[in-house]
Amino acid sequence: MPGKLKAKIVAGRHLPVMDRASDLTDAFVEVKFGNTTFKTDVCPKSLNPQWNSEWFKFEVDDEDLQDEPLQITVLDHDTYSANDAIGKVYIDIDPLLYSEAASVISGWFPIYDTIHGIRGEINVIVKVELFNDLNRFRQSSCGVKFFCTTCIPQCYRATLVHGFVEELVVNEDPEYQWIDRIRTPRASNEARQRLISLMSGELQRKIGLKVLEMGGNAVVGYLQCFDLEGESGLVVRAIGTACTLDKLSSGSAPNTNTHMHPNTAPASNACNSPSKDGKESPLAHGCRSTHNSPVHSVCSSQRLSQNFSVSVPTLIFTGMGSGGSAGKEAGPLRTLLRQQTQTALEQREFPFFTLTSFPPGFLLHVGGVVSARSVKLLDRIHNPALGNTRSYKLLDWNSVTADEPETRDAWWEEIRQEIKSHARALGCHAVVGYSESTSICEEVCILSASGTAAILNPRYMREGCLDIGCTDHRFEEPSPPNCGFCHIPYDELNMPFPAQLTYCYHCRRQKVPDVLFTTIDLPSEAAVAGKGCLIQARLCRLKKKAQGEANATAISNLLPFMEYELHTQLMNKLKLRSMNALFGLHIQISVGENMLLGLASATGVYLTALPAPGGIQIAGKTPGDLSSEHISSIQKRINDTIAVNKELYQINPPELAEEGVGSPIPEPRHRSRLFRSHSESSDELSELDLSHGKKDAFVLEIDDTDAVEDIHSLLIDAPPPTGFYSCNTENMPGISNWTSGVQMFTSVRVLRLSNANLTNQGLNKIFTDLCENLLKSFYFKLRSMIPCCLCHLNFTVAVPEEELIQVTVTAVAMTYDKEQTQEKTAEKPVNKGSLEAEEQLQFPLELCADSSSSNIQTASKISGVGESTNMSPRAASVDYGSFADRCSTWLELLRLKAHTIRRGSVKTSRRTQSLAHSVSSLERCSPLQEGRSRSLRSSRSFGGSSVTVVKMTPLSFLPGTRIIKYLGIINMFFIRETTSLREEGGVSGFLHSFIAEVFAMVRAHVAALGGNAVVSYSMKECVFMENPNKNQAQCLINVSGDAVICISETDQESSASTANTGQTGGSETDGAT
Amino acid sequence: MSVELDVFVGNTTIMDEEVYQLWLDGYTVNDAVKVRMEGGVMDECEASKDVLLSDTMDQYRTFQMCERLLHSPAKLANQLLFQIPPHRQIMLIERYYAFDDTFVREVLGKKLSKGTKKDLDDISAKTSVTLKSCRRQFDNFKRVFKVVEELKGPLVENIRQHFLLSDKLARDYAAIVFFANNRFETGKRKLQYLSFQDFAFCAGQLISNWTVGAVDNMVEDMDVDLDKEFLQELKELKILITDKDLLDQHKSLVCTALRGKTKVFIEMEGSFKNLSRGLINIAAKLTNTKDVRDFFIDLVEKFIEPCRSDRWSAADMKLYLTHYTNSAHILDTFKHQVVWDRYMGVVKSCIFKMYHD
Repeated sequence: MPGKLKAKIVAGRHLPVMDRASDLTDAFVEVKFGNTTFKTDVCPKSLNPQWNSEWFKFEVDDEDLQDEPLQITVLDHDTYSANDAIGKVYIDIDPLLYSEAASVISGWFPIYDTIHGIRGEINVIVKVELFNDLNRFRQSSCGVKFFCTTCIPQCYRATLVHGFVEELVVNEDPEYQWIDRIRTPRASNEARQRLISLMSGELQRKIGLKVLEMGGNAVVGYLQCFDLEGESGLVVRAIGTACTLDKLSSGSAPNTNTHMHPNTAPASNACNSPSKDGKESPLAHGCRSTHNSPVHSVCSSQRLSQNFSVSVPTLIFTGMGSGGSAGKEAGPLRTLLRQQTQTALEQREFPFFTLTSFPPGFLLHVGGVVSARSVKLLDRIHNPALGNTRSYKLLDWNSVTADEPETRDAWWEEIRQEIKSHARALGCHAVVGYSESTSICEEVCILSASGTAAILNPRYMREGCLDIGCTDHRFEEPSPPNCGFCHIPYDELNMPFPAQLTYCYHCRRQKVPDVLFTTIDLPSEAAVAGKGCLIQARLCRLKKKAQGEANATAISNLLPFMEYELHTQLMNKLKLRSMNALFGLHIQISVGENMLLGLASATGVYLTALPAPGGIQIAGKTPGDLSSEHISSIQKRINDTIAVNKELYQINPPELAEEGVGSPIPEPRHRSRLFRSHSESSDELSELDLSHGKKDAFVLEIDDTDAVEDIHSLLIDAPPPTGFYSCNTENMPGISNWTSGVQMFTSVRVLRLSNANLTNQGLNKIFTDLCENLLKSFYFKLRSMIPCCLCHLNFTVAVPEEELIQVTVTAVAMTYDKEQTQEKTAEKPVNKGSLEAEEQLQFPLELCADSSSSNIQTASKISGVGESTNMSPRAASVDYGSFADRCSTWLELLRLKAHTIRRGSVKTSRRTQSLAHSVSSLERCSPLQEGRSRSLRSSRSFGGSSVTVVKMTPLSFLPGTRIIKYLGIINMFFIRETTSLREEGGVSGFLHSFIAEVFAMVRAHVAALGGNAVVSYSMKECVFMENPNKNQAQCLINVSGDAVICISETDQESSASTANTGQTGGSETDGAT
Repeated sequence: MSVELDVFVGNTTIMDEEVYQLWLDGYTVNDAVKVRMEGGVMDECEASKDVLLSDTMDQYRTFQMCERLLHSPAKLANQLLFQIPPHRQIMLIERYYAFDDTFVREVLGKKLSKGTKKDLDDISAKTSVTLKSCRRQFDNFKRVFKVVEELKGPLVENIRQHFLLSDKLARDYAAIVFFANNRFETGKRKLQYLSFQDFAFCAGQLISNWTVGAVDNMVEDMDVDLDKEFLQELKELKILITDKDLLDQHKSLVCTALRGKTKVFIEMEGSFKNLSRGLINIAAKLTNTKDVRDFFIDLVEKFIEPCRSDRWSAADMKLYLTHYTNSAHILDTFKHQVVWDRYMGVVKSCIFKMYHD
């Protein structure tokens, strides 16, 4: 299916001065795709050139269309010397390759230079014409949709979830090639950017092929990562979940995203699946199985032996309470179910899902977190296919010489197998909320994978089972939806780890563990008490500097202890907040030259189906060890903290008559000492009568000063100030009535440890303070949004240099309505959200250049309502919309004043003609309500601002709005370097402007696709290196997300028209300006 | 242990108006933190000094990055780097171009040149406006001056369009540009009692009545330069003092009208000829650039001071000038009514404004 790519260069603006003599620039543009290059004419002596070029046409294979970006270079023409580059724009044309997404890319793009940053903007229009050509041996996978979102995207329905897809490609890093010694930093950076762009494209195409083979048409939860392995190369890898998605007709769309039950969705929809490619393709690569590693070459095992590799014994996280219970009610039904589902999943090598939230009914039971880590020594990629000079020919998977990617692939396979076996041990056949990550320091690499063991509803897994009629109700567990997922999937008699089981506090029929840890989001139907909160465990461990295998061994020896410590911290903090479950657990372990950093983040919540958590009991190891007053004072502090937290998070679980839910601490004689050991507790277990679900206190032994320190660190976590909540998941447990205020942010902090001889304790303190201070800073900065919640707080730690600790945080602050937090009805929040949206609609819409007449209509319809809605408590929100009214009144006043003054004097009549004309014509032709015309004027006073407001959020939704169209994935990689660090405001100034530039480029690309928001945004890489002595710094940033069009939840009828005009109108106005 | 790097970037640029003001006022980061701490912002959200310092640094950086855009405010609306809500853009611009009346009073009428810029540290010391803030304000004046210098069309409107300022601020800038262009003397001791707003009002009067733009609205510099033809015509007014008959006639008309209406009638009658000579001599000399510069000082010396020493009240002054102007219309032999009105209209309102302690 070859295609024709067409590009037109319209204009530039705000170009930098390139000619000192004239203070002007003679700009022209090179448009390059693959090996073809076109040039525009030189537009002499202008900083705002109008090229208005012809359409440059590239005839290319769709394989190239998927892999290659369109490369636009703006240059300054120089008659005598070489032309100077001003900067570049890379446009990923992938979104144009599927029929439903964007039809044109058109708009202003920042011109980016890796040394100077953004230097002006360029207006470009890009179109693609695809020819239908059913080549059986095609290598492309045009038409497969990609989503970063880790749930079924809004406005789609999943008819089938196929399962795990993964791929990785490897190349030599241009930065480490010999040629890098003789080329400029700019050339080197650009080579790297281009290579990674190519590799991402290739990776996506290959994943797409796998999806087509499986019969799917989309990848959801697509997670792409880079491993910058330095000397040994560059790995780009991705995982995702292959699905067959059906677009919901817009009429029936509202609320269908996650609330849709498969039974209600018409099965016939599956037939009109837009994935014609998907349906046709299974034969295309018939010989390839779903088995996802390529042909194993014979030598691979030998190569493996050369590599040093240590697999770390992995812990399985679930409840670690004292445990054991009589399993009277073994489930024959469940075994049956398991068998049935297993057959569905058995064909898959890895029954993994990168999704974190699922349609109701999909997730039957959750076992617990499974994770695996392994330490590897990196080896240089020897690849004869990569000549030194012609370096960018990418490795082909199946090429004979490319044996290295297989090593990487084998590494991951090893880990995945381990995860799989852990899941099995938990009695689960699937892993959900699955993710993979690496941490690299010099030649050591830690590979990590984690997920949540679970049992899934087989209905989604098997083809043909979607005909709802044939669903076997025999296997349906009668478990109610709001507690079913908590019920243990494993056999009570044969438990994989000691756990304390009780009957579910909801249905009283099934067993539940005392604590539940998961990596997924809180299921929407789960019953919770009170609100959730962010819980973090932080840990530093010093290690000796070492080389090679010794280093790797040292690290792998440390890992289990770190995991254990982190786990204990999490458990303690959870109990301290009187909660009993963790969602969205993410544990990151970063390796540096002389230390390891561990950071576990999760959202704690009180699940009413689970028993109330016990308190924390302090005990001295030997009676005379520490004074009893000391212990009791600590005990008191802990009890107080628990009481305060209960109030803070409003945890008032429904009282149960037969149990003393309120009393957290049992009688001292029932105390079991099981701190720091599973096995220790085994003897005492029999004494405990657990059949009534009596909660055991979590006992902390104070046996040495370390323990005292631990307890202190436990207590120093300050709760967020009043009006703030925080979580790291998609949904904030206990808050659902979001209002329109949204503020996404990224914050980076780097700490230099000056003290050479630090202890573990000292380091822990520093690291904890660093994280806590960051949170405090966020609360302070966002105080105008109160009441608000920091959602999806994503912390990333790194040890960029020996004495540096880097923490990068991306999150979104969202305002909510305090009055209604208590009500949890499904209707209320929606209504509220829409009212807010109405109120705020005026601005965003009309700021978009695309808003044409249809918008005006909707807006005028709305403004009546919007005006009367009073400005609720979140008056100080950072959101545009809420201010639109006020600022427009202000402007109005000014305008009016100006108007009367002008009218009063005779001379104005002619000279203000142009301005007055536009005013009056607008006023005349639009019989709008006051509010509307006001805001129209306000936007014009900025010269008809053509900048679309693009909202960004790491979540999969924007409050008060509905996503009506996914325009494609945004996956961008940028490098910025400077040799004048001081002049750019030092490291902070440098990084500040770089992050702002990255945001700007993301927004520009989304706007050019016709979108107005990015959801599931994430900054996956932020590698910062500096050399202050040389006045140099370099930073690499990789961001991704889904570009979408979203509309206020209220105007559903006009949605379609808005979307259409948004597209075409956008291009026209942009073209015109 | 030290924080090596610390940044916070929001998709919507976060700006605190209080910090912005501190930045504009030229406070250093540390001073700003002190001021904020005293302001009690710490109590909100349990912030510590470190939090405040980090926040202030972030904001200062943001403002520094924005400053380039603020130099041509139109760019702020269509730049892509910062997503700033429109009402914030207005605030940023308005505050950036706001100035201290005490500072502007010092440079009003001076040439906006490098030389003046060198004296800014003296002005800073005198007005206790920080040097940084003085520089910003001075550069703003200069920038506005440079831009509108080359533009056709009405001055105020041009400033408003190019710098997206409010009407009030645009008018003030028009006054500053007008004064700088004509180099009106405002620094003399006798003029010290006048505020910037007094001068701004007078400038507004001069711009809308005496400039080229008052008659023809599409010429270059129309609002900045005085109408040369009009200034020539002003010489004709001399007849009112050179022609003895006219002078007496004028005096008697005015006195008739004033009799019994004011306590200072005797003084008015006594000084009529002097005052009339003063005003008309000012008019007649305005063809000389030098005398244009001295316009305000002349008004004070030739008219305001004598009246004040005779203890005229503001109401007396109004009464006198109204009748003085109107009576000239009744003089049969006086043919220059249009010029007279154009001249006296402005002079009258300027004197009204300037007649205070």
